Amino acid sequence: MNRRIKEKIIEGFFFLNGIIVIGILVGIFVILVRNAWPAFHDVSVGDMIKWPSWNPDAYTTPTYGILPMLMSTLMVTLGSLAVAVPVGIGAAAYLSDVADPRVREIAKPIVEILAGIPSVVLGFLGIVLVGPMICKLTGRYNGLNAVNGSILLAVMALPTIISLSEDALGSVPRSYEEASMALGANKWQTVIQVKIPAAASGILAACMLGMGRAIGETMTVLMATGNAAEFPGSFLGPVKTMTATIAIELGEVAYHTTHYYMLFVVGLMLFIITFFVNLAADVFFHKHTRAR
Amino acid sequence: MKYSTKFMVALSGLAVMAGAASAEMVQVKGSDTIINLVQKEAEVYMQQNPGVKISVTGGGSGTGIAAMINKQCAIADSSRAINAKELEAATTNGVKPSRIVIAFDALSIIVNTGNPVKVLTKDQVGAIYRGEIKNWSEVGGSDMPINLYGRQSNSGTYGFLQEMVLKGNYSSKMNTMNGNSQIAEAVKADPSGIGYIGVGYAKQAAGVSILDINLSNGQPAVSPIDKPAVMSGKYPIARPLYQYVNGSPAGTVKAFIQFELSAEGQKIVEEEGFYEIPAEYKDANARFGL
Repeated sequence: MNRRIKEKIIEGFFFLNGIIVIGILVGIFVILVRNAWPAFHDVSVGDMIKWPSWNPDAYTTPTYGILPMLMSTLMVTLGSLAVAVPVGIGAAAYLSDVADPRVREIAKPIVEILAGIPSVVLGFLGIVLVGPMICKLTGRYNGLNAVNGSILLAVMALPTIISLSEDALGSVPRSYEEASMALGANKWQTVIQVKIPAAASGILAACMLGMGRAIGETMTVLMATGNAAEFPGSFLGPVKTMTATIAIELGEVAYHTTHYYMLFVVGLMLFIITFFVNLAADVFFHKHTRAR
Repeated sequence: MKYSTKFMVALSGLAVMAGAASAEMVQVKGSDTIINLVQKEAEVYMQQNPGVKISVTGGGSGTGIAAMINKQCAIADSSRAINAKELEAATTNGVKPSRIVIAFDALSIIVNTGNPVKVLTKDQVGAIYRGEIKNWSEVGGSDMPINLYGRQSNSGTYGFLQEMVLKGNYSSKMNTMNGNSQIAEAVKADPSGIGYIGVGYAKQAAGVSILDINLSNGQPAVSPIDKPAVMSGKYPIARPLYQYVNGSPAGTVKAFIQFELSAEGQKIVEEEGFYEIPAEYKDANARFGL
């Protein structure tokens, strides 16, 4: 076969693959918007914000307040970052600068295997292990709360944060480290004051991607956070996240009702949030690679 | 949306065809309250009728009824009656839900064994779950805030209690748990907790005490595990447990339901901690030749 034609076919094949992925993304967005749109005829945006709770099964008038679940999702996500970011950057710095190369070669794949644990297994650990531990530490009687969800989501976000941060630290030019050492800085000062700032945009991108994973996670939070509909009072109280609400209710909702459309509104909001978080991660990541 | 509907129709068409190919596969889906019971019934039935396959899954009464309406399962387990919205959706889909009573349940209110409260009225239970009674001292207990444990909204038990006892909204402070066992575990650990579970689970749960319930103060309180009292209608929050099928049951579905209603099937019901079908509901079942 003519080499040029062959070349063209291969080129076309890869082009098609790229287009399909973009097509799927746009398609999902369009379906979400089309199913969410009718909700705005039934419920005003003002009511969605004003209503104190999400109660579609109300005895008399259903309410669709979205703030409690938005707040719940934010709390669990930020809580998970509070745990995962320090631990993740610490582990990454250890792997890239302290650990013996042989240790790193074993430890890094193990960290990445952590990403493969099914979320339902983590949720299970939340019920039988983390929950009772929280009870013991705080003297409360119910350990299904935002802290529990945060800890589990931190475990889920850690592999992403560690692996990508380690890559970012590893790509800091050796001359930086040498210059720092030559000025009399010790290893600790070099890592903290030179390498981590130099890799900051890469580390930030890693944290954003970890955050993207935490926001969209469903099964773990559904099992571990207690799912009370009220506006979350504290990290030690139960929360009901956006993902959990969709997962619990979409199975039994009557199609083409206000409740059904409102669930798509929640899905659309999640989509937009994760889209921007991932976009931000991408921007930071490019900044990082360009800086190199 | 049109496309996705068509896709779903195509999918369920495929499912129907697959069902026709292996004619003896019966899908049962729904209530988590009776999943163990129906699974046990199915096990025994399959042992006696090799070649028949019955798959029983949970997900909640609402999930089961929705699946039956969308023709994704042959039998929907439900711990509450079908509601008006669902009936309407069924009619639109050309599905005629028939209700069969397979067992009887006395919905049990449980508290921690350390809780001195042993009796509540039906109205008190309602007020507690509506969030109006917030402290155990208001119902004769010690001064502790009440922690509510309940089911998620796809649960038939959630719907039943709301319809029959609360007649209002659940408190938004209620922790919503995944199933009966999770509620029992939570109440076992929480000295100020209260929960509601099927009597079959209540009898098996350790570390919780089952409250006696009366209609109002002064009337005799009845325990949900007192069979003669429950069967004579004295327990205020008892309910039939249902299976819904499309149209009149026929073929393998009918044979399986007949087994559940037989003396042997009803013995399994009692073994699982629930109660046999009271006479009044047997007449309703007879309409379908069962």
